[in-house]
Amino acid sequence: MTTQHHLDDATLLRYASGDLDSAFTMVVAAHLAMCDKCRKAARDAEEIGGHMMDHVAQAPVSDDAFERMMARLDSGADEQIEVDLPKKSAPDSDVPLPLRALIGDHMDDVRWRLVAPGVRKYEIQQGKKGESSLYMLNISPGMAVPEHGHGGAEMTLILSGAYRDKLGVFGPGDVADLDEDIEHQPIVEPGEACICLVATEAPTRFKDLIVRLMQPFVRI
Amino acid sequence: MRSALNLAHNDENIGTADDPTLLKQAMVRVAEVQDRESFQFLFSYFAPRVKAVLLKAGSNESQAEDLMQDVMMTVWRKAKLYAPDRGSVNAWVFTVARNARIDLLRRASSRPYDDVYEIEMESDVASGEDEMFATERAERVSEALSELPEEQRQIIELGFIEDMSQSEIAEKLGLPLGTVKSRMRLAYGKMKSKLEAVR
Repeated sequence: MTTQHHLDDATLLRYASGDLDSAFTMVVAAHLAMCDKCRKAARDAEEIGGHMMDHVAQAPVSDDAFERMMARLDSGADEQIEVDLPKKSAPDSDVPLPLRALIGDHMDDVRWRLVAPGVRKYEIQQGKKGESSLYMLNISPGMAVPEHGHGGAEMTLILSGAYRDKLGVFGPGDVADLDEDIEHQPIVEPGEACICLVATEAPTRFKDLIVRLMQPFVRI
Repeated sequence: MRSALNLAHNDENIGTADDPTLLKQAMVRVAEVQDRESFQFLFSYFAPRVKAVLLKAGSNESQAEDLMQDVMMTVWRKAKLYAPDRGSVNAWVFTVARNARIDLLRRASSRPYDDVYEIEMESDVASGEDEMFATERAERVSEALSELPEEQRQIIELGFIEDMSQSEIAEKLGLPLGTVKSRMRLAYGKMKSKLEAVR
């Protein structure tokens, strides 16, 4: 599988620094699970963190800090984690490892809810109180991917199948990490349903207001 | 890595960390033989840095001290997971501190990061990259960062060390969000072109 559409550089830095919220972290992690190139880039971005921490103005630690540490080790809290951990999940899993904690090992087990003809949705995390939401979509061939953003940032990872928009074809592993002002209308390619993982930023108040004002005129 | 190692509580001079291989060797000895002296070397080097990062991320003095202890404990416990051919010890300890920040300060979950790391450990893509290669990449990153114009360096520092979000950085500096993003991309772009010379 050759991934064609990758993460934005700014997103890689935000992932490495820990700035993304849980919904976006999950989409990025699932992409990294599928994309060797971005995983390598993320490692390089983590080197930035290493360098910055190396050059930070150091904060003196308490005089007995190391003794405290040793006492913890002596109390039996020192057991080291072995590298050859048993594999976390089924080897026949078709779900990227980070996502398995949320949806299980098999795509077939996802309990889809029909939200429109040809469009099924599975809500993973509902955006409450300004949090981003995370969900999966399962869209039939030839159907348009519904507009799901409400003016906030959005990131879509293709898990299986493919869609096409003016930016090209997005297949398994491809991520649409687009600026919020890019307008596009993806259509699912013929043949197979397209399953994707989507993170959507909660709309800011201002955007919310605009959306509400526009609602009578455009269907969102 | 220019700063000399300061062993405040040890008269014995283990050496300076001018050479990143000393940190790597210490990690290996902690992982393989649970060597406490090597761990003390790592502790002296990293504890004041980790604590500084935690203070800057918003914890108070005693919280930072406790979290630093937790981070260093994780460094001990997970020492075997550190892979010298994948990156520097600095970067690895940074990720341990970052994950603690996510789990403990933000009360979210760093598990997706652990999963990605596990995949990284299992993938053989990096097998062509030996340890020297990883060291050279880390050096190039340092070089690129020290050559950044102040306005880009500042944004990187606010994000990685002060734990500020893109929008917080924009607000603090009175810049549009788009400018913050484009400066991040510029900074990362410089690093990439340095790294491409290594590839």
